[in-house]
Amino acid sequence: MADPSEDIRSRIAALFETQRLAVLATQGPGGPHASLVAFWGAPDLQRILFATPRTTRKFANLTERPQVCLLIDSSRNVPADFHEAMAVTASGDARVVADADRPDSDVDYLRRHPYLKDFLRSPTTALVEIAVERYSLVRHFQTVMELLPKE
Amino acid sequence: MKRLLDMTSGASLPVERIGGKALSLFRLQQNGFTVPETLVVITDVYDHFVDATGLRERILLELHRKDFDQMRWEEIWDASLRIRSLFLSASIPETLRREILDTTLERFGSTALVVRSSAPGEDAASASFAGLHETVVNVSGEEPLLDAVRKVWASLWSDASLLYRQELGLDPERSAMAVVIQPMTAGRCSGVVFTRNPADSREAVVEAVHGLNQGLVDGAVEPDRWILDRRSKTIVTYREPKRERISIPGPQGVSLADLSGDRVEQAPLEPNEVHAVFDMALAAESLFGGPQDVEWTWVEDRLTVLQCRPVTTATATATDQRGWYLSLHRSYENLVVLRKEIEENHIPAMEQAAREMGAVALNEISDDALADEIRRRRDVNDHWVQVYWSEFIPFAHGIRLFGQVYNDAVRPEDPFEFVELLSHAPLQSLDRNRRLEAMAERVRFDPNLRERLEQRKFPSEDHPFMQEITEFLKRFGDLSCSAGETVQCAQGPGALIHIVLEWAAQPEVSRPLAGSRNSQARIRRYLDAFGEERRQWAERLLELARASYRLRDDDNIFLGRIEARLAEAEQEALRRLAEGGASSEEEVRRRLKEVMDEKPDAGTGAGGRQEAGAERRSYRARQLVGQPAGPGLARGSARVVKRPEELLDMQRGEVLVVDAVDPNMTFVVPMASAIVERRGGMLIHGAIIAREYGLACVTGVPDATDLIRTGDEVTVDGYLGIVTLQ
Repeated sequence: MADPSEDIRSRIAALFETQRLAVLATQGPGGPHASLVAFWGAPDLQRILFATPRTTRKFANLTERPQVCLLIDSSRNVPADFHEAMAVTASGDARVVADADRPDSDVDYLRRHPYLKDFLRSPTTALVEIAVERYSLVRHFQTVMELLPKE
Repeated sequence: MKRLLDMTSGASLPVERIGGKALSLFRLQQNGFTVPETLVVITDVYDHFVDATGLRERILLELHRKDFDQMRWEEIWDASLRIRSLFLSASIPETLRREILDTTLERFGSTALVVRSSAPGEDAASASFAGLHETVVNVSGEEPLLDAVRKVWASLWSDASLLYRQELGLDPERSAMAVVIQPMTAGRCSGVVFTRNPADSREAVVEAVHGLNQGLVDGAVEPDRWILDRRSKTIVTYREPKRERISIPGPQGVSLADLSGDRVEQAPLEPNEVHAVFDMALAAESLFGGPQDVEWTWVEDRLTVLQCRPVTTATATATDQRGWYLSLHRSYENLVVLRKEIEENHIPAMEQAAREMGAVALNEISDDALADEIRRRRDVNDHWVQVYWSEFIPFAHGIRLFGQVYNDAVRPEDPFEFVELLSHAPLQSLDRNRRLEAMAERVRFDPNLRERLEQRKFPSEDHPFMQEITEFLKRFGDLSCSAGETVQCAQGPGALIHIVLEWAAQPEVSRPLAGSRNSQARIRRYLDAFGEERRQWAERLLELARASYRLRDDDNIFLGRIEARLAEAEQEALRRLAEGGASSEEEVRRRLKEVMDEKPDAGTGAGGRQEAGAERRSYRARQLVGQPAGPGLARGSARVVKRPEELLDMQRGEVLVVDAVDPNMTFVVPMASAIVERRGGMLIHGAIIAREYGLACVTGVPDATDLIRTGDEVTVDGYLGIVTLQ
């Protein structure tokens, strides 16, 4: 049998390739807050990028409490989802990508979402990076595997 | 597969892939008509291009910022400009590039070319609207050819196509554009023929000019015109124009030149040639089974068909304003004439009219005279409102012509960069605000004066401050009544003094940004993009665009003065009527009452709407999206202005939220931290004035004045076009 960790890694990497949108959960003063974001996941699974206007609630939340998680899934809104779909939750700390790192990160992000160029370049848009500490991969309806990408 | 189709090889594909124009040329050629040799860049190439460059999704994003039905024409134009700019700056993938260049070179060598649109929906019998898409004439060289192809592709999303999207079956998800490439045919004369006169179905029309037909098509050269009877094929009337100019090929594109020599006196066609043109078009009509609009040119002895499409009978209804919007696209020549008329005749006449009205001492004249005066002022006002729509508005849209020329020449990353070259011109409203600031300055340094004003104990008329107030009112009218349609002006100088006090309460209100060195560099970059001989024209166009930009603001100020004079007279009448008095006097006031009752739709303006403020709602807006019309980020308390008099409550640092910023309202702009406007567009007054002051501005926010309430904490992101309510 193949290395289970490699199997999980390749499934997550495959989700990064096929999915464009994911649900971001942040913590606000009044409770959790969920938002849909356009993401890019690094092939080595270490980090995930997404962009957000700085005026949003999710941005205020993650600035105050950087611990966030992101749900990426392959459901197609059909009954077969229950046996076919996969979902992965990535958790970690979010921080705004520093100006010095922007050129490289922008290239990664725009390769995935070229139509978001104007949005990304706006001075009021922040590019946010999640340094992923843990992935939880859900398959076959209920099977959950965890992966610590840094180990 | 081969994606550039050579029609002479006889291959044929469905209209979805080669477009209507290519298909009709192909059928004409098969049936013995002379048509130019033609290459077709099929729609597959368009699809490949927009997919490979990510443009497809960007176009969809642009067109889905808000519901189409809620987009004003100006917003459609803005979207169309952005899309065009995306096409111009996207590079064509190498394989496609080579395919287009190599096939064209192989087929036509290095001869000059014409690049035309061939959209699948374009020439369908039910939807033939001329001038929807771009044609680029006289193209030489590799980059100009690729540019021309990109421009034609982009014109699938021109404002005209977007306006007629339903008739054209334009579908942002699926529509694609084919392109026709032909060698340039510079005939001795050219023209158009309608086998059925759109104005009279029993007639046909032949129009002809010397040289190329470009000037005829865009209205710069007046053609010779023959009306023929369809049945007897005889010439019914012939109109000879003053032949002054001719379209000729320039180094790139087409130039206008003065017509000289014999051709000034000579009609482009002999009568037998008129008949030959008509016969050719009739043959096309029977081939396609309906009246045709044919563009032709006469090359030596051969009558060549350039393009052919069905004649559509305009079915414009009274509520269909699209034709009018499209008429706002004016040529440079037309705008020059319009400008002269406006600057030399209309504006002095408006100033004169306002002055004359101002000289009438309203409180001294009899009721009868006042009634007459009100009627007269209404007529004067109506007249200028009409001129405003027919002359001023079209001229003010001249900035759009400059925008397109600038973007074509400079290819800026921001498609609205061109506005920077136009701003910092002396706008009337800025002049007005400078005077307000000067008065506020006087109050700031004179606590004694301030106290008296605050207690409404105004100094006597000869006090320098009061003289300035009087002078201001004479020059600009009462701000509180010229701000809207209502006649409820504040009495006397009170309202103006209130505004001055509000200005004076602040250390110093924002000043308009000074012209930056940046814009000087931009002007050079713009001019350098033109060759030696086009440079002067480019300079003149910039000058014209600046006048157009100024007028966009100023015309309303001039009109505002006329309106203020009318409001003043009506107010005097209201005052006398309110005084009433003895019944005998009421009889005397009868005429005055009649006159006031005639007033059309008094009071149904902005104030007439039911306020939603009191009602409890289970939903609220958290974030609203409009167009990013003024870069900047600001946060403040919202001041929602639904009635002009509410402007007087505006306080420093508030975010001004309005349905539409009228230039007469712009005196509150320097106090605002940002502007949110329901009406959409990058070049509307609110956006222009916000940019002058460097304020964040978002326009085109649907229902802004209902969803945002005075006192709401809002953040205005003028880069992304987002308004967030805390």
